[in-house]
Amino acid sequence: MSIDLKTIKHISKLSRISVDEQKAEKLAGDLNSIFKFIEKMNELNTDNVEPLTSVAETTLKFRSDEVKNQNIREQIIKNSPEDNEDFFVVPKVVE
Amino acid sequence: MSDITSQTLTSLVKNIKEKKLSSEEVTKAFVDRSEKSKELNSYITEDFSNAIDKSKKFDEKPNLDLKLPGIPIAVKDLFCTKDIRTTAGSKILENFVPTYESTVTQNIWNEGAILLGKLNCDEFAMGSSNETSFYGNVQNPIDKGLVPGGSSGGSAAAVSGQLTPITIGTDTGGSIRQPASFTGTVGLKPTYGSCSRYGIVAFASSLDQAGPMSQNVEDCALLQEVISTYDNKDSTSIDFKRGQYSKELTKDIKGKKIGIPKEYRVEGMPKEIEELWKKGIEYAKDCGAEIIDISLPNTSYALPTYYIVAPAEASSNLARYDGVKYGFRAKGENLIDMYEKTRSEGFGSEVQRRIMIGTYVLSSGYYDAYYLKAQKVRKLIKNDFDEVYKKVDAILTPSTPSSAFKIGEKKNDPVSMYLNDIFTVPVNLAGLPAISIPAGLDSAGYPLGLQIIGKAFQEQEILNLAYAMEDKINFKNKITDWWIK
Amino acid sequence: MSKENSEYLIERYDNVYEVVIGLEVHAQVTSNSKLFSSSSTKFGAEPNTQVSLVDAAFPGMLPVINEYCVKQAIKTGIGLKAEINKRSVFDRKNYFYADLPQGYQISQFKYPIVGEGIVILDMPNGQKEVGIERLHLEQDAGKSIHDMDPQNTLVDLNRSGVALMEIVSKPDLRTPDEVSAYIKKLRSIMRYLGTCDGNMQEGSLRADVNVSVRLKDSKELGTRCEIKNVNSIKFMQMAIDYEANRQVDLLEEGKSIDQETRLFDTKKNETRSMRSKEDAHDYRYFPDPDLLPLEVTEEFIEQLKSDIPELPDDKKKRFIDEFKVSAYEATILVSDIETAKYFEEVVAKMGKNRDMKLAVNWITSELFAVLNNKNLEISDSPICAKNLAKLINLIKNGTISGKIAKTIFELMMDDDKDPQVIVEEKGLKQESDPKALEALIDKIINDNREKAIEYKNGKEKLFGFFVGQAMKVSGGKANPKLINEILKKKL
Repeated sequence: MSIDLKTIKHISKLSRISVDEQKAEKLAGDLNSIFKFIEKMNELNTDNVEPLTSVAETTLKFRSDEVKNQNIREQIIKNSPEDNEDFFVVPKVVE
Repeated sequence: MSDITSQTLTSLVKNIKEKKLSSEEVTKAFVDRSEKSKELNSYITEDFSNAIDKSKKFDEKPNLDLKLPGIPIAVKDLFCTKDIRTTAGSKILENFVPTYESTVTQNIWNEGAILLGKLNCDEFAMGSSNETSFYGNVQNPIDKGLVPGGSSGGSAAAVSGQLTPITIGTDTGGSIRQPASFTGTVGLKPTYGSCSRYGIVAFASSLDQAGPMSQNVEDCALLQEVISTYDNKDSTSIDFKRGQYSKELTKDIKGKKIGIPKEYRVEGMPKEIEELWKKGIEYAKDCGAEIIDISLPNTSYALPTYYIVAPAEASSNLARYDGVKYGFRAKGENLIDMYEKTRSEGFGSEVQRRIMIGTYVLSSGYYDAYYLKAQKVRKLIKNDFDEVYKKVDAILTPSTPSSAFKIGEKKNDPVSMYLNDIFTVPVNLAGLPAISIPAGLDSAGYPLGLQIIGKAFQEQEILNLAYAMEDKINFKNKITDWWIK
Repeated sequence: MSKENSEYLIERYDNVYEVVIGLEVHAQVTSNSKLFSSSSTKFGAEPNTQVSLVDAAFPGMLPVINEYCVKQAIKTGIGLKAEINKRSVFDRKNYFYADLPQGYQISQFKYPIVGEGIVILDMPNGQKEVGIERLHLEQDAGKSIHDMDPQNTLVDLNRSGVALMEIVSKPDLRTPDEVSAYIKKLRSIMRYLGTCDGNMQEGSLRADVNVSVRLKDSKELGTRCEIKNVNSIKFMQMAIDYEANRQVDLLEEGKSIDQETRLFDTKKNETRSMRSKEDAHDYRYFPDPDLLPLEVTEEFIEQLKSDIPELPDDKKKRFIDEFKVSAYEATILVSDIETAKYFEEVVAKMGKNRDMKLAVNWITSELFAVLNNKNLEISDSPICAKNLAKLINLIKNGTISGKIAKTIFELMMDDDKDPQVIVEEKGLKQESDPKALEALIDKIINDNREKAIEYKNGKEKLFGFFVGQAMKVSGGKANPKLINEILKKKL
């Protein structure tokens, strides 16, 4: 199997990382060599194996339904790249 | 006071408790040495003057009942620290100042420690040589031009170079143990769920664990005792009975059964590593342990599995770095353009590569073949360990397939870089604790480490084994202070 | 276009099409705090004042699940007569958007908390069962505001992380009326359970509508289009009507239908394609490694079952059996939990000698009219159930006439006054003493001798005149039944 430029462009779009021709070619090369090594996994038969998502052998613990956070808007907004006291600001969304 | 910085954590704590040293003296000594060690590039952010102020304050009203009274500690820059810039080694977080503290670092400050600064690491902990950091390479104190390993490279160099008495790193596939091995220091990756992940910049959530890095096993046990707490802010934190690791430390390991997995004898492994392993087996026998040959048949599939699971989780974990709420933002004509430029300019090439791998293995049509398959193989790898742990108490392996390599040597060959983690990765996949201890030097005089893998939640057991073997090995790191003019 | 009262078919030349509709309803869980963080869920707060570090996806922040939201989802599942899954898994749905701070939404994809269930609709031509495919828990997104700043989009994350239940129906709906009935029933059930307030104006209930068309009698499903985020029943109906006709037109022209996501433009009353979102459709779902599988025990579910109140279907049945109201009346009375509560309280306060017919009529006509006029919920009724019951009893026992009752009802609206007190204060008690009434009637006959003779001579219409006079002279207080009897005897 090989990963072509079209695939690279598709996944770069999904990842929201811009990729020019040169970068796409470099990535295709890297990914192909990495996947060649990953393919080794396919030697294994895993037909009746349960997938393992987490090694933490415990169940999800519950939180009680209490409001604990006060208004921390200043803290939340403080690190944002655009100055605005109330909102996060992003370039206009084009639909 | 150069003898201060060469002391172990345990002896510094003792000296402060006995009032032979003040926190200020100790802090100034490490600040002073750190100032002289810029060439190592261990720090991303220094907090030296604050540290000295805090040490003075500590000395005014010293609480000597604490476990780390007035001890200055620098930490990996993956832990969020309140009001101190936290970058994760990335440009995308260049100006990010958290308003909160990670649970693990909070535990350290609660025991009286003082933050010295934030240590360099591979970008988002993705790397095995510290070369992916936006803030530059870290030099290994062992020799100029040598990588310190990664991703906790700055942490390993700082302990080895005595810029901090002890530190914490994070380990997703070997990021504590491999740099510990490369720098002649001790590094422990605890059981998954032992240390809270709250406030640690995430790489791969199902694998990430914080852990101590130190000059010796005793220090390591003490710090593990401090940082390991159950935390209800982390849904994967596990509520088990945590030991008083440093108090319960013993060299009596008589009758312990240690497994030697044949699959770790990999093709092309340097003779020196093979020799080291054999020596390690002899040391373990000398300590009274029983050696048992074991098999972990799916070992060779661990790396491929890891390089699916970790990038998959990372591709999603790193989606939040989008230029909207914090961190770097590139100018864009519209929202999507802004996203694409921000992430393309804000992330380095290794991080982008892993995001791409992760996105690919989760994408429609490939999920079953890669991600789901990897989760199944992960199960088989865990089963391997469960099976052998019916027979043995711990497993002994080399920590890495080679000693530290030169800066730039593997930078352009991702696969050969990834192969560095071959012995450490299975442990993360199975969520087990493992410790790397320095066990010898290769012909170039570079340190080599041995890894002891334990049963889940049995940190005490591997600390004891390491403690006993450390005594027999009697390793001495050769640090010449070459970087101090 | 539409035929008969219940069928909704689209005809073109010789072809008759049936419309197939499925709904994905997003219902905001009623809770104090968010699904994975301790921020408040209150509606209408200042922007970004109910946002925690978790909601804004700061580095190293982790989700911790709210037990109450889990209980609410299970309760809703019980209300939908659905299978509750003891083990469910939270997945990440990955996509980038300004109001999605994590870059993914935590949802349940493969293993939802609730499986298949059923909702029964009361349609004019009988009951209809609509299948529920599943119900799962997920996070709401924040809000992007596009019209406050000409160059930029502003983001408010107050809603980010609020718990939603996504309730997916089977494609069992066939008409806009059924869609309306389905939404209303779902809302009613959730309001009974207290799991969602159902307020569509505040966005607590929204729906994506899946529409496809097929030739009548065909068994195969057509290609469907999904109309996103429609937030009123009226718009849903309009969107379906537009979309179904659009699809039929395409088919009639020999064209095919693209499976796509569409948006309903409420100003132009049309749906249009959201092609810009198409390329981002690969959501790369995978189990959230920050969360373990959600496991609940049999006891946990049983405990919740034992807390479930009587739901609309059961209540309706009981009302019919116990109170002998008609099916139609029962449907109205149980449709809203507050109405049902009010009705039951009236019934209880009426005591032994209760008159159901009167109770139903007074609630569904007089009271509803007042509430409608004043735009009030029944829970804020100006007349409490106890006083309405008293009023009904006063009619029933002959103390007042129905006509006087209406006057009293008006007076009761001020300060929710006791009708008994009004009757006494205003002297409105009905005159039911036969002797007094006989005297009254004797006087009227005396005063209208000629008309009495005309009546006797066969002009029967004049009976009404005498009744009217009796009521007039008595100030409306004369017992009409007795007046009738006495008049008949005396004339």
